[in-house]
Amino acid sequence: MLADKDRIFTNLYGFQPWNLKSAQARGDWDNTKDLMKRGQDAIIEEIKASGLRGRGGAGFPTGLKWSFMPKEPRADRPSFLVINADESEPGSCKDREIIRHDPHKLIEGALIAGFAMRARAAYIYIRGEFIREAETLFAAVQEAYDAGLLGKNAAKSGYDFDVFVHRGAGAYICGEETAMIESLEGKKGQPRLKPPFPAGAGLYGCPTTVNNVESIAVVPTILRRGAPWFASFGRENNKGTKLFQISGHVNKPCVVEEGMGITFRELIDKHCGGIRGGWDNLLAVIPGGSSVPLVPAAEIMDAPMDFDGLKAVGSGLGTAAAIVMDKSTDVVQAISRISYFYKHESCGQCTPCREGTGWMWRVMERLRTGDADISEIDTLFDVTKQVEGHTICALGDAAAWPIQGLIKHFRPEIERRIRENGGALEAAE
Amino acid sequence: MADAPQIPDEAETRARWGAFAWTAENAAKAKAVIARYPAGRQRSAVMPLLDLAQRQVGAETQTQGWLPVPVIEYVAAQLDMPFMRAYEVATFYTMYNLVPVGRYHVQVCGTTPCLLRGSDDVMAACKNRGMVKGKTTPDGLFTLTEVECMGTCTNAPMVQINDDNYEDLDYDSTVRILDALAAGEQPKAGTQLANRHTSEPDGGPTTLKDMVKANHDYRKEW
Repeated sequence: MLADKDRIFTNLYGFQPWNLKSAQARGDWDNTKDLMKRGQDAIIEEIKASGLRGRGGAGFPTGLKWSFMPKEPRADRPSFLVINADESEPGSCKDREIIRHDPHKLIEGALIAGFAMRARAAYIYIRGEFIREAETLFAAVQEAYDAGLLGKNAAKSGYDFDVFVHRGAGAYICGEETAMIESLEGKKGQPRLKPPFPAGAGLYGCPTTVNNVESIAVVPTILRRGAPWFASFGRENNKGTKLFQISGHVNKPCVVEEGMGITFRELIDKHCGGIRGGWDNLLAVIPGGSSVPLVPAAEIMDAPMDFDGLKAVGSGLGTAAAIVMDKSTDVVQAISRISYFYKHESCGQCTPCREGTGWMWRVMERLRTGDADISEIDTLFDVTKQVEGHTICALGDAAAWPIQGLIKHFRPEIERRIRENGGALEAAE
Repeated sequence: MADAPQIPDEAETRARWGAFAWTAENAAKAKAVIARYPAGRQRSAVMPLLDLAQRQVGAETQTQGWLPVPVIEYVAAQLDMPFMRAYEVATFYTMYNLVPVGRYHVQVCGTTPCLLRGSDDVMAACKNRGMVKGKTTPDGLFTLTEVECMGTCTNAPMVQINDDNYEDLDYDSTVRILDALAAGEQPKAGTQLANRHTSEPDGGPTTLKDMVKANHDYRKEW
């Protein structure tokens, strides 16, 4: 188990105040100027060496992403850092804890990351439903301005940098980076075609990098403790510590910071008080937020919780939000509810997703009650394949994968319902 | 589109809200919001301003607030953008109410993590109080909406009522909260469990125990 001294988010649970004074006593904003003095390229190299991969789900190497930004921004085309705090993936609730309990880690990280990528300002896009959390964030940013840590000559580094908070208003799709940029520009959050990528033309047509809250908030600590420290946790290509969020049928759901690659069993036994009804009662787990396929109990139990470990069992780490389901779960209903979520959140831009998510949900609802024909399972699978990969953004994929996972692992259960409902008899006649 | 909002009659709305203008306090807030974005990019402020307008309507009507068409027009005019572009935004994002709502907007999360932890019981508690999904109670007190994941999954099930979250609910605690609101009281927000603070395991954290009592500085142990 990770030692407390190696945890980055020490005020994760908010037992202590979030304010600047308390945050400084915990080590935030400690001589930020010196960290910045190392120089932009040295910071990017350090983050690259730490092995930090984006914490928002896709897992793209953070340092590499920063290096795509122009080295000498033109005066009429300043660079921007956009921080994705639009945490809406079902199962995920880590950025919320950072924002409401440790906001200064995020704000200090924004300054350092923004400096490293030569950005003029950062916009933190926080989801609209995080109302109290946004109030905290606005207040924390104001504290940083008042203390001279942001604005002109930020933290006495000689670098001018602004941080602005922008509240969303309820749209999952704005978590997609180009939809977020559209939304920041005051439009509907509909993803843009790529290329051009945001690093070339993003917010207001200027070079932009979009990073997750957790990716940015860990940066100051990585610089203070050094890349080798961060890289000492986890396996090759899966380095560092990570906030895990465990919801569903465990005895004590929680958010907890652990080393990457901790096994699912250890994570649950150490922090969640075990599976409700014991390990024999485990049915399946969605290990990385609703967008990734579920994994049956036998395969997930001893799987390492990291990018490669979960890929090996046909799923993904995503945001490290494990949704646990015990044997009392109506697994078809659980996935059907996720299908409804994607139907609700589809932005309506691409036809396969706009029409497909609604169609898939309606079929899922019939499979739930068994009011279907067995051949429709294959039809549904086929349709998910037609949605997947045929849309501008990954929401189409995200809607398809949970259903594919269900059919792959729980086909007998779906067939049983249809048979019990008499569907198979009709087909035979 | 059966559950699409029925936009209220335009003549009535215009008569009531045609003269909408910021209060002095909100006019200052609107100015500060617009200043967050680069010059010429004031359109970026449409979302915060629509939210501010909805709150002002809410304050005037003693509800959570909503966005009558003339109010959206007012915001669009201030930002020098076509009405339709602002209306598009108002209809795209779920937090803008296009029809009047009650004093309390009860938003029950029904997505899978909450579903697994018993959001059906929370919904039942609301329905047993006479609420109907998508409707406002006749006394104008509660509007019930089932919403999608609110990002508090380790504290499921939950409900957001106006600006506050109520988490780790069951049937009884939901009833208690609704009763308190109906009586004009302010129930305790956040988790409803006795031994839980926020998102740590119920009964006490398994990690960072030093932080419970004091603002521990772990740097000495690095």
